[in-house]
Amino acid sequence: MNILVCVKQVPDTTAVKIDPVTNTLIRDGVPSILNPFDGFALEMALRMKEQAGGTVTLVSMGPPQAENALRDGLAVGADDAFLVSGREFGGSDTLATSYILSCAVKAIEDRKGEKFDVIFCGKQAIDGDTGQVGPEMAEHLDYTQITYATELVSCENGKVQIRKETAEGYDVLEAALPLVVSVTKTPYELRFPTVKKRLAANRAQIVTITPQDMEGQIDLTRAGLKGSPTKVKKSFTPVHNKVCTVVEEDSPSASAVKLVALLSDAKKI
Amino acid sequence: MSKYLLMTKDQEDLVAMVHDFMEKKVDPYVAQWDKDSHCPMDEVKELMELGFWGIDVPEQYGGAGLDVETIMYIRMAMAYHDAGFANTFSAQTFGWKPVLLAGTEEQKQKWGRRLAEGAFWAMCITEPQSGSDAGNCKTKAVKDGDEYVITGGKTFITNGGLSDIYTVTCCTDPAKGNKGISLFIVERDRKGVSVGKHEDKMGIRTSNTTDVVFDEVRVPAENMIGAEGTGFKTLMKMLSRTRPTGVAPAVGVAQRALDLAIEYSRTRLSFGQPIGKLEGIQFKLADMEAKIQACQAQLAYSAKLVDQGIYDTLNGSSTKLFVSEAVLDITLQAQQVYGGYGYSKEYPLEKLVRDARIYSIYEGSSEIQRYIIGKTLVGKI
Repeated sequence: MNILVCVKQVPDTTAVKIDPVTNTLIRDGVPSILNPFDGFALEMALRMKEQAGGTVTLVSMGPPQAENALRDGLAVGADDAFLVSGREFGGSDTLATSYILSCAVKAIEDRKGEKFDVIFCGKQAIDGDTGQVGPEMAEHLDYTQITYATELVSCENGKVQIRKETAEGYDVLEAALPLVVSVTKTPYELRFPTVKKRLAANRAQIVTITPQDMEGQIDLTRAGLKGSPTKVKKSFTPVHNKVCTVVEEDSPSASAVKLVALLSDAKKI
Repeated sequence: MSKYLLMTKDQEDLVAMVHDFMEKKVDPYVAQWDKDSHCPMDEVKELMELGFWGIDVPEQYGGAGLDVETIMYIRMAMAYHDAGFANTFSAQTFGWKPVLLAGTEEQKQKWGRRLAEGAFWAMCITEPQSGSDAGNCKTKAVKDGDEYVITGGKTFITNGGLSDIYTVTCCTDPAKGNKGISLFIVERDRKGVSVGKHEDKMGIRTSNTTDVVFDEVRVPAENMIGAEGTGFKTLMKMLSRTRPTGVAPAVGVAQRALDLAIEYSRTRLSFGQPIGKLEGIQFKLADMEAKIQACQAQLAYSAKLVDQGIYDTLNGSSTKLFVSEAVLDITLQAQQVYGGYGYSKEYPLEKLVRDARIYSIYEGSSEIQRYIIGKTLVGKI
């Protein structure tokens, strides 16, 4: 099983502090991390490899420092990693990003001399929160796709069964290969690295694929800012008009009665 | 958090890995473990399984073979989350150190592998009547053919209740004082070895501390480390090696205290503004930061010395003395910034103060360090 996992380096939003006076985010000094949903995708990929054998390859599109996210992935057990990087790719929206990544898939397949059976993505990145790149990649590649995957059920005879989250509960879908899977929060966390793999990851060779390396495989007018139809008109912080009612009666039981009455009146229960 | 800027990328990554593990596996539960004095062995072993078994056992003997400087940063990171956990982790190989310093090649091969495969190895020196004066050893080892028969009781043994192997200081010749002390490797499953009472401690409560009793325990002569009567010398050599890094976790505790104090000072409002805007608080934080940086620099220097095979007693004792006392002061100051909440068990600072208290007591008290430093400075008059 040849598995590819798409990962992104994102700012650690949990480490963002809030200015107590202005109530705005302090972005300075926020560390970069592997996007948590990509971590779940990577864990699912590693479990698939453990079940079915094969290799797990990582790809990331981003500036040179995105290499760190790739090394974090190698440290937990991915076999090799590619960085797709170039000035021409800067400013890409989800459509351009998914197009570039789908071209990169072909470029990596050419280099490795074999096709990927499954391509995993995180559901969304915690910085952009669009959730579009995985499904769009599947469209560009014309592959089957399963979204909101939470668990790998089985993987045999060229078919994959995956549990998928739905609004009502979950479905178990079976798909033939090749396949794109976008992964939401799984019941398990990404495994910890081992000391040896962590240190080896720092010495691993990460191949950078530039726009020039993909010549003939990519239409650069569809990449970067000029290939991005999305235009940001305005960016603002939404105002939350929340009115809070504090229930504080003489005893917890009296508070409970009052709370239930309030919720009932508001038709919430 | 201030960062020691000369750390290598590898060191930074291992430290990040430890923080990540501790945040997920220890932070949510540590307050309850502390209350119950529970040693979280499942979590300690899970961390060990990531490649830390035999952390300072050289690779040729099967261990992880990390250098002292890297181990020091790892311990600091661990103690940032729980000092007791760092204690359990660090003491996995405590008993091995005399083997590394004075053991035979066969011993290193045999016992190094045991550690790398996942054994805990405690060091048994202290007895009820002797702590700092390790030479005052009542546990006896009497030669009987190809064996020694060990009888005596050890106390305050870190990991005493959960170790598989013990290194035991024994008196082999009462007439010779310090030169009558020998070191023996004793496996837990030998007849006559038993674990005594668990110590109910003020701090580092997640670290297991027990009595260990040896009742006519027979060990083969090949379990002796070094020649008969050389135990005390090996012990002193070991302590000058372990003192600087042994106190490294203290800096993690102090760093946590400082970080909590900073965070609190930014959010606690008094007289209409965050108390962090008050110079009186800022100066306290500044003093704490300066002391932490001094501790870090001193420890980094000490670790470098040990990594180069320089076991400098004067440096080891000075480092232990300075760091352990600075750290206690830092946590007390952090508690002061926290005010009443710093005194409440519901908030994390109270535990840090209790944990920080141990460092100037164990592994050679401050008084012993001053004695060693003073005696070395003045010399024979």
